[in-house]
Amino acid sequence: MKLAYWMYAGPAHIGTLRVASSFRNVHAIMHAPLGDDYFNVMRSTSERERDFTPVTASVVDRHVLARGSQEKVINNISRKDEEQHPDLIVLTPTCTSSILQEDLQNFVDRASLSSESDVILADVNYHRVNELQAADRTLEQIIRFHLDRARKRSTLDRSVTNTPSANIIGIFTLGFHNQHDCRELKRLPGESGVAVNQIIPEGGYLKYLRDLPRAWFNVVPYREVGLMTATFSEKEYGMPYISKTPMGISNTADFIAQIGKLVNVWASVLSGKRLNYESYVANQTKFVSQAAWFSKSIDCQNLAGKEAVIFGDATHAASVTKILVKEMGIRVSCSGTYCKHDAEWFNEQVQGLCGEILVTEDHTEVGDTIARIEPSAIFGTQMERHIGKRIDIPCGVISSPVHIQNSPLGYRPFLGYEGTNQVADLIYNSFNLGMEDHSPDVFGGHDTKGVSTKSLSTDISNINWTPEAESEPNRIPGFVRGKTKKNTEVFAKQNNISEITIDVTYAAKEKSSP
Amino acid sequence: MKTFDIPTFECETGNYHTFCPISCVAWLYQKIEDSFSPVVGTKTRGYFLQNAPGVMIFAEPRYAMAESEEGDISAQLNDQEELEKICLRVKSDRNPSVIIWIGTCTTEIIKMDSEGIAPKLEKQLGVPIVVARANGLDHAFTQGEDTVLAATTHRCPEFNPRIMNQQKRHASKLVVADVDSSDKFIDERGRCSLVLFGSLPSSVASQSNLELKRQSVSVSGWLPSQKYNELPALGEGVYVCGVNPFLSRTATASMRRRKCQLIGAPFPIGPDGTRAWIEKICSVFDVKPDGLEERENQIWKILSDYLEMITGKSVFFMGDNLLEISIARFSIRCGMVVYEVGIPYMDRRYQAAELLLLQHTCREMKKPMPRIVEKPDNYSQVQRMHELQPDLAITGMAHANPLEARDIDTKWSVEFTFAQIHGSVNARDALELVTRPLRRRGESVSDCRSLSRQTLNV
Repeated sequence: MKLAYWMYAGPAHIGTLRVASSFRNVHAIMHAPLGDDYFNVMRSTSERERDFTPVTASVVDRHVLARGSQEKVINNISRKDEEQHPDLIVLTPTCTSSILQEDLQNFVDRASLSSESDVILADVNYHRVNELQAADRTLEQIIRFHLDRARKRSTLDRSVTNTPSANIIGIFTLGFHNQHDCRELKRLPGESGVAVNQIIPEGGYLKYLRDLPRAWFNVVPYREVGLMTATFSEKEYGMPYISKTPMGISNTADFIAQIGKLVNVWASVLSGKRLNYESYVANQTKFVSQAAWFSKSIDCQNLAGKEAVIFGDATHAASVTKILVKEMGIRVSCSGTYCKHDAEWFNEQVQGLCGEILVTEDHTEVGDTIARIEPSAIFGTQMERHIGKRIDIPCGVISSPVHIQNSPLGYRPFLGYEGTNQVADLIYNSFNLGMEDHSPDVFGGHDTKGVSTKSLSTDISNINWTPEAESEPNRIPGFVRGKTKKNTEVFAKQNNISEITIDVTYAAKEKSSP
Repeated sequence: MKTFDIPTFECETGNYHTFCPISCVAWLYQKIEDSFSPVVGTKTRGYFLQNAPGVMIFAEPRYAMAESEEGDISAQLNDQEELEKICLRVKSDRNPSVIIWIGTCTTEIIKMDSEGIAPKLEKQLGVPIVVARANGLDHAFTQGEDTVLAATTHRCPEFNPRIMNQQKRHASKLVVADVDSSDKFIDERGRCSLVLFGSLPSSVASQSNLELKRQSVSVSGWLPSQKYNELPALGEGVYVCGVNPFLSRTATASMRRRKCQLIGAPFPIGPDGTRAWIEKICSVFDVKPDGLEERENQIWKILSDYLEMITGKSVFFMGDNLLEISIARFSIRCGMVVYEVGIPYMDRRYQAAELLLLQHTCREMKKPMPRIVEKPDNYSQVQRMHELQPDLAITGMAHANPLEARDIDTKWSVEFTFAQIHGSVNARDALELVTRPLRRRGESVSDCRSLSRQTLNV
């Protein structure tokens, strides 16, 4: 047992649900007690999702505890099958089912006999994997299930497309700026003559999965989710993949170079010509992305040598570290990730770029490190933003765990050339705000003359507050306190009351209408 | 307590969305200022707590997860030793006056003997440990508070009428002025005391105290109190009365275990509920209520602009927090038509007075009695809503955005548990919640009736 206040990556079933509910017409049934379906709330609020989240619970209650689920899970599966005719039902185990050790596979086998939908059991172990690993695994499981079956039924189309094409793997719900990144990613190879074959899992229909191997190659923009699917396709279907994250100028250039290499393997055979991306990269770097120019400009010169701490998932933390150090000349004192399972890769990526490397899931350790280093800016998750607030250091959010403000309505990709602009803005604004904060302090603040007219009730001076009544407004949230106090005094004046008691404050509240 | 002729209830599958009862720590830790609540369970629960109370988690709350690991579940680790480690750390870090263990489904399934371990550790640590089994196997959302309060009733000091009486006599001797009336009152009623139970924000609690004081009924304590060592005395001769509809276990525990007498009253939500609540308490203490009707009418007058807005509008409660009956009763009195009241669990005895008032209100307002659905099925409810097209759905966050996209106005039900809706003073706040989606309606920008993606069939 350990004491924990906060976790960076959620429990395994969240990952499975994120993948399942990203596909179209896939329904997930959780084997869980009442109240564990808060995933629906997360998706409905954070993503402002318009449609009902296709996740229901097969509720584990006392009866299940005593007698086992028996027919309950099966009935729930066939009911969903009749009601909504999903293409696939994913039975999702939770920590509860892992402790109960019921034979869920048996339920799946029996339910799939009678239901029109396909039914699978998500193969994730609650104790062994976290949200991200589970998502990775579930995605691979669903793809493998469909491709294997298509192969058995020989409906699989293995001929590659005539023109170069790619699958984008790993865009899904509740991901950090995933929707925007996806749009940017479609554009990136698109402009260079590579079509997008399929995007999975977000918005994909399972019936099209059999066309997956027709793409020339796969793109896995985030390390956390999609690598398993990509390695599976490479092994079984000989599809190469690119796992470079096109975040930042140099990473994006590398990414395009890898596309060029893969495309040219086939292009020379199929269309008899080679494609050259060097001029494209040069053009984009110079004119579309402002980041290269920005790093030469005086603004960025001022940032040189400033200290920063970075923390996030492996993909974002490593990429941002690279951007700060190599493209902006900022000193990264510490770079860290909570993806413990991917620590080796992370170490390799940021080795030599930062003062120290921190791999931990404990937010207090991150907080202590930040407090010790006292950087000029932090780039981290929502948690680091709050740590920064407490010790007065600005923070730019670069990675999940997400908050509703990290699902912006406006276009905010982190990847590709537009992404470099967004990241540069984010970095510059964080530092700049920090400076603004400090210079007024040096000169003694903005207003050095005492402000005397701040009180909201200057014109009503002949009213006394009894001590108890005085403390009453203090119980009201700060932002409405002034207004409440004023309303009370106006009320007192109207009613010729000279002393405000608790009674009067309540009476005033009763009478006040907006 | 007798059961009345209560309308028929339906019971569905129980496939509905609600918060896990452990969410009660989010408001209880704020109420009981010197407590610390470790939630003993797995990551699933921790993630819920982190996501449900939103930004609260960043404010270093006085609750945390005691996260069970694989070793705990397979009993390779000793429960008592593990809990001891956790409690020692909590004690040294935060020095709380009470530690409230919140049991979860995990502790139920592995049958951790929390109630057995607690007294041993309590002795060792010198800090009281209260065990509440607020798990999703048995309870829904607000019932979590019920389990905590029921466990706390055992910690309340024993009521001793003699001491109380002497103190009062002593006090009354000092106040010479109105010896006549108060002395008589003490003689007759001095052996009784009134304790209210239910966690309310302190300002709402003092408003209720004041309302009762106007009728010369004094409240001797609240369960829970602001501080652990200010818990009210319970025992024979103590009258208890609930302020919230989900506290049936607490009511039972105080009656059966602490020999208190329960005042079964409607709940003080809305001016009608508040009046009925005060009247019932007064009747028990043999006090003739004074000016209550006038006061209620006054409140209704203040609410007139809101009432205009909602009269004749229809509302559908999906049900997730057990406040539904009271709010439905209040809405009907406001002139609304209630199609359905979903509710996780219905204690007919504890809510008897409230149900009776609901029936009475329906008759008075000439509105049909709503159907009351216990353990509702959300999927069927959405189908029903599709046919009924209510003007307002009161529902959890999981359904709010999708329903809005399908052109049904919604109010997030959880807000009713956090907003101040009790007592006459706060009736306006309660209606402010109900009317918010309707007020917004006039200014709606979109011309499309439905904004759901599914209906576009892309």
